[in-house]
Amino acid sequence: MAFDKLELRDIEVWDGNFAAAQAMRQVQIDVVAAYPITPSTPIVEGYAKFLADGYIEGEFVMVESEHAAMSGCIGASAAGGRVATATSSQGFALMVETLYQASGMRLPIVLNVVNRALAAPLNVNGDHSDMYLGRDSGWIQFDAYNAQEAYDLNFIAFKVAEDHSVRLPAMVHQDGFLTSHTAQGVKTITDDAAYNFVGEFKPMNDMLDLDHPVTHGVQAEEDWHFEHKARQHRDLMLNVVPRIHEAFDAFEKLTGRKYNMVEQYNMDDAEIAVVCMGSSVETACEVAQELRDQGIKVGVVGIRVIRPFPFKEVIDALKDLKAIGALDRSSPNGAPGMLFNEIAGALFNTDTKAALSGYVYGLGGRDLTKEHLRDLFKELKVNADAGKVTTQLQQFIGVRGPKLAFL
Amino acid sequence: MAEQGWDEFEIGAMLRSFNGEAKDVALTLQEDRDYSSNNSFTASVADWRIEKPVFNKDYCIDCQFCWVYCPDISIISRDKKMIGIDMDHCKGCGICVEVCPTNPKSLLMYSEQTDEEQALAAWPSKDEGEK
Repeated sequence: MAFDKLELRDIEVWDGNFAAAQAMRQVQIDVVAAYPITPSTPIVEGYAKFLADGYIEGEFVMVESEHAAMSGCIGASAAGGRVATATSSQGFALMVETLYQASGMRLPIVLNVVNRALAAPLNVNGDHSDMYLGRDSGWIQFDAYNAQEAYDLNFIAFKVAEDHSVRLPAMVHQDGFLTSHTAQGVKTITDDAAYNFVGEFKPMNDMLDLDHPVTHGVQAEEDWHFEHKARQHRDLMLNVVPRIHEAFDAFEKLTGRKYNMVEQYNMDDAEIAVVCMGSSVETACEVAQELRDQGIKVGVVGIRVIRPFPFKEVIDALKDLKAIGALDRSSPNGAPGMLFNEIAGALFNTDTKAALSGYVYGLGGRDLTKEHLRDLFKELKVNADAGKVTTQLQQFIGVRGPKLAFL
Repeated sequence: MAEQGWDEFEIGAMLRSFNGEAKDVALTLQEDRDYSSNNSFTASVADWRIEKPVFNKDYCIDCQFCWVYCPDISIISRDKKMIGIDMDHCKGCGICVEVCPTNPKSLLMYSEQTDEEQALAAWPSKDEGEK
């Protein structure tokens, strides 16, 4: 091969960004079109340095905006290459139009999204507003809670997205700064093992197949649009989940690290639990363990795959609880939070007696402290004992000023 | 094709130009190519033309300028001889008329409804210019 390999130690000290860049190097992407934005900048910087130093055989395309970055990725993917990029926040928002193009055109692009708040007011810190903005775009969405998972989930994302029964783009999310800029020990995979796990890119209907000319990105009005969208949704609902399970299993065989659609911590005999995503999961796990030590049966549920939403797994994890707190790190702006809604929708037709309440927290990088979580679990315990939600259904936590609660 | 269900087409907003493999397409005349039903070669895409070019072969010198410049590949030329216009694909942009170098021009724009025989009968004569 025309590029050099890197000898990695078994455990390297990487932050989430560098872990993602290393994964992008190891899968040997053909084209990265990127417009760097805080806090995801070091991902494409790191990738570009690997390319400049001869560790990658590919093309790095500098563009004039995130809209152009994803457009370039779409063109390269339709041409028949392995394609990825990274973005955050405002850049993600500018990409949104093209995100729908990528999924509708069934192009298996991998997008590392380092989650960050959306302006106004302008803010570079981590919350889940951009992640939530992407949830109807037809992409598969994986959520990493730490740098290790940001590394691992990249390989899984490529493997699932590029499968010919899937052919849908995938996002790998990690929390801005809390994960992206926090150096941790990351267990590595060798270059050969990592590449072999994902496998050689197998093109499908590629424009560079000159013997089978194709037109990508066609127009379809009321006579065809619905069939295309229905097919896409159907494949997300039915084809993706088995491929994710296969990829999780294969990854566990390779590394010993086990991933699940819904991650459960201390849930075996739990009576109350919080459901959250990102780095908050690890904080919640620490607090839950403290409370366990005091004899309170609490657990934590982390959503690993946001789209396709793990409806059945959420029911299995939550239906026998007495009280559930859904933690949304994005302002729903006029509705209950996304997690509250999805969980309520999943549990509504079951015979669960769980009391479900929603919390909005951590906007613009505001810390979710262990003290917040202790209070929250206490409140959920009251709900569990009362057999109903004793507060309003939606509460803001960690915000200054008079208490905000709704519904 | 119009009645196909969601499970009866290939995924992606993607259409094939030809049925099966397309070998030596560049060396195959359009009428001999195995275009798929999705290819616009088999459909009229000239609905919005309001002016049409009329070709007068009495003045044509077969320079091929119109063939080269036509953005819709609608000038039909065989063995370097201009033989007509593909009115199923011509959008009436008038570029062929602009680039035609003969005097008088061998291509002129007329309204879509103009009778071609009448247009040819009333073709302008050579412009002598100012002396």
